Formats: sequence, structure tokens, C-alpha cells
Amino acid sequence: MGSAASDMGMTITEKILALASGRQRVSAGDVVVAKVDRVMMHDVGAPGVWDVFQELKSRGVDVSRLFNPGMIWMTEDHFVPPPDPKSAENVRLMEQMADMYGIKEYYRFGLGTYGVCHTLAYEEALVLPGQVYVGTDSHTVTSGALGAFATGMGHTDVAYILLNGKNWFRVPETILFRLNGRLRDGVMGKDVILRILGDIGADGANYMAMEFAGDGVRAMPLEDRMTVTNMTVEAGAKNGIMAPDEQVIEYYREKGKSGFPALSSDGDAEYRDVHDYDLGRLEPMVAKPHSPANAAELSEVEGLEVDEAYLGSCTGGKYYDMVQAARILRKANRKAKTRFVVVPSTTNVYRRMLREGLLDVFLDAGAVVGPPTCGACIGGHMGVLGPDEVAVSSTNRNFPGRMGHRTSKVYLASPATVAASALEGRITDPRRILGGGN
Amino acid sequence: MSPLRGRVHKLGDNVDTDQIIPAPYLKDLSPQNLAAHVLEGADPSFPKRIKPGDLIVGGWNFGSGSSREHAPMALRYAGVRAVLALSFARIFYRNAVDGGHVIPVVITEEAYRGINDGDEVEVDLESSVVRNLRTGTQYRIEKFPSIIAKIVEAGGIFSVGDLSRLED
Repeated sequence: MGSAASDMGMTITEKILALASGRQRVSAGDVVVAKVDRVMMHDVGAPGVWDVFQELKSRGVDVSRLFNPGMIWMTEDHFVPPPDPKSAENVRLMEQMADMYGIKEYYRFGLGTYGVCHTLAYEEALVLPGQVYVGTDSHTVTSGALGAFATGMGHTDVAYILLNGKNWFRVPETILFRLNGRLRDGVMGKDVILRILGDIGADGANYMAMEFAGDGVRAMPLEDRMTVTNMTVEAGAKNGIMAPDEQVIEYYREKGKSGFPALSSDGDAEYRDVHDYDLGRLEPMVAKPHSPANAAELSEVEGLEVDEAYLGSCTGGKYYDMVQAARILRKANRKAKTRFVVVPSTTNVYRRMLREGLLDVFLDAGAVVGPPTCGACIGGHMGVLGPDEVAVSSTNRNFPGRMGHRTSKVYLASPATVAASALEGRITDPRRILGGGN
Repeated sequence: MSPLRGRVHKLGDNVDTDQIIPAPYLKDLSPQNLAAHVLEGADPSFPKRIKPGDLIVGGWNFGSGSSREHAPMALRYAGVRAVLALSFARIFYRNAVDGGHVIPVVITEEAYRGINDGDEVEVDLESSVVRNLRTGTQYRIEKFPSIIAKIVEAGGIFSVGDLSRLED
């Protein structure tokens, strides 16, 4: 199928789905059965997959062997360390599944490297450009920043893939976002995607691919690009994607991975819509309660008092995020004025923070630094909000009750903004502390 | 498939998966647990008010958010057989169909305006209409794309047989 890449007029998303379904070409709207290269399960999805298997077994289906155990990787991230016995049972269930099916790539809390699945997928180079990657988490779209077709599915669909190695896909239409220029100091990938979400709305890309291109993308560090693709699902997108550039290829080379197809969209590919953004003019943004698409420039809510500043999650707990936040704290060199919760998204991030003195920076500011977990981001554990509490958070969702009580309010913002706001106890433009052009 | 008849609970736009089943309940997949907390994030009184056979009517972007299949499962275990909405978020729609949990039915704005909380409606997929039995008004509903129709009819992706017959 090497010829697929030379066909004219396809987007990168179409090219990947064409390759995976053994076709010369596909177009938006086609329904194809595509082979899946990689599957991720975490402690929220795996128990559901297990239940599907048990039901199939009771119907006489053989579920004793998987299509290819090597395609699967697992991590525990949502309810770990377990806050209650039921969560602990789910971890036991995952151990059992790993044993039974011979799943080798299994990242376990308390046993070395583990963490929030989307950050781990990047750090451990578990997903390659050009692959079809499906996970039991909607933010699986994150890995599109590395050039994969990455999408979230429920546990029935994932169970199907585990047994059959493939699933059906409707080829999405693509909206192209051309990002030009460079972000100013104190402005981050989170601000980019909040701006876009505000412009297109919470269902602005429903069933579609959101593709990002332009020199603005190339100027962004990979981890910041991942924040952009991560939140494409907040516009309903099936996948977010960026063609792998030299930075991506070099990253994989360092990890000892090469030989993947570095696909990109053709110049005459068909897009449903094209949007241009000048990153050099972008202001820090927030998403006001209760939708990630309820975006506003930070200046609109500047000074609003918060009860908690939360720095963590797949859009705010990566190494790059921590470095940006710590820079602000170092510059200010004083204590936070509000409850400050810092959760590195993986043990890799945690270790680097320790080595490079970042943990001290956060502790000196008065923060509590937790172990890697999705806990508070989903209102699960490790710092959930009480009635009417207000948080500024580097996470990716602020639905009603998302981080705790249903009357609590979450303002989504960049890691830089969260750090600045922690220091002031109110929503604060990070550039005020960095001393840049504001 | 014979027509579905039920009493309507009407909701607004962007009913997300955290409202349908808040994350703290995701640990336990049992029907009892999921049904006991269905739509609790939208209104804490929901689990008590909802009765088997009831239908949900939502606005735009129903089911946005998480890939948690627990959301359509919670509705199913509470006895809801169909959700009628102006539009659905992708993952919820796929989970509802592929898991065989609830039938996602796309309705028109006219139907959304014409159906009120507590109304009795009849959904007829064969003739693609929904009838408000209180007012007697009948509205067209969107036909399923052929692949979705096959999976809905089969009762989920595992009942569909060879997937390649779904291809275009």
C-alpha cells in the first residue's frame, strides 16, 4: 500500500485510515474496517472490557485468547493509589487480565514507571506516527500531536478490537487550523486550544478531524502541542492531528524508534473549513464554567478570587508544564495565597522535578505535591472541590461537578496562569509576574 | 422493531457524560450502581424520578465529554431505551449503538420545541417518526446511516457478525 501516500488530495487522517484499511484512497464519509495498531486500557476502561468478555463467554464466544496481546498497553491512572476498596479491586482485575492474556506493557502504580496514560504514551514512545491508536479514554486524541490517528472509544469497541484487531471507522471530514507565528512568553498551548474552542464551540468539530499545521506548530515544544490535540475532543472531534515534523522524528530516533511512515496532508487535500491563527497575537485565555468552549481572554476575569489552584493532568502535569509554572514561582519567590495542588502526570515527570529542583520550588511556594493520578481532574479523589468552591485549573474539563460538588466552579487555564493565580489567590495574567509585555 | 412508547424527561444542550454518570461512580459497573446515579450530575433527584420505559429528550451535543461507556449503560440500566436529541457527541453515540445500550435518535428543532417534560411520545423507527401522544403532533426523525441501522438492528457490534459487510 505504499502507493497510498503518493495519491493526491488526501489529508493525513485519510492517508492513515487508507493504509490501515488496505485501500488506495479513502474520502471523508466512507465507512471502512481498519486494522488497529495500538490499544490502551486504563483502570476505568479495562474492567468494562472484562465485563464484555464475561458476557461473550456466557454466550459461548471464545475469549481465552486475544488477537494480539502485543498491541495492548495498560496503565493505572484514574483511581490510583486506590481511594477505596472498589478501585483496588479494579487494579487486581487488571493484574489478572495482564497475566491471563500475556499483556507485557503494563505500567503499574507503586511498581516503577506509571502515570496519566496520555503523557506516558508520549514519554515511553508507545504510539508511533502513522499508527491507528485507540484508547478507553476520550483524551486519547492527545497522541495525534505525534502524527498518529488517535481516538477514544468505549469498552465494547475496545473489547471488539482486542478480539479482532480491527473496528469500523467513518472517515472524518477535516478542519484545518493554520497556526502562524510564535507564542509570546507566558502564553501556552492551552491558550491556543481554548481560543479555538471558544471560536468553534463545544460541538464545532463533532465527528471530524482537527488538523493543525503551520510554522506556529513547528515552533511549539511537543508537550505543548499535545495540550492542543488533547482538547480537540472538547469540540467533539474524532481526532486531532499534526503531521510529524523533524522534532517528532528526532524524538522517536532518540527513543530508538524509526521506520514509520512520516505522512502529511497533500497540498490539494480537501478540508471542510480552514482557520488561520496568528499565535504572536494570542492572549492568555480561560474557559469559564461550565464548558471548555466557554472561553474568554484572561483579562475578562482577571482578579477573580479562587479557593484552589490545580496544576496537573494530561494538559497541565507534563514536564514542560511544570517547568513553565516553576519559572513563574521562582521569579516571584514567595508563597502561594491559595490552596495549591500540584500533581505531576507521571513518575518520569516527578523524577525530573526532583532532580532539577522543581519539587523544592513548588514546596517552597506552599504547594502539596501528589503522586501521579487523574484523581482530582475527574472529581474522584486527591483534592476535589466542595460546594460553591472556585478553582483555576490546568485540566481539560470544567463541566458541572467535574472536579467535585456540582455547585463548584472550574476556570480552565494554562499551567503558567495557574501558577501565577496560585501566587495571587486570584486569576492572574502570568505576564504580570514574568514582567513581559503586559 | 415495534414502536417505543414512553414518558419524556426533557433536558437542555450539552448534557455531558459527567452529568449522566459522575466519575466517582465509574468504579463499579454493576447495573444497580449505574442506575442508582443516572443523570445525578444534571439533577440529584433524577435517579428517583426516572422509571423503566421512560425516554430522554435532549438538545444539542448530548453525551459530550468522556469515552466512558458507563453513560449509555446507566441510562439502559435505568430502563431508558432511547435518547432523542438534536445532536449527539460522537463517542456517546458510538457507545450507545455499538454497546447496544440505548437507541440515539436525532430529532428536529420543531420536535424539540414541541415535546415537553412529562409528555408521552411514541418513537417509530420503521416509519421514522416521533409522535407526541399528548398533542397528537407527529415529527420526522432522522434515518440512521445504513451501517448504524444494521448495528442497532443487531443489538450491538458483537451481534452484527462479519464487520466487513458494514463497509461502503
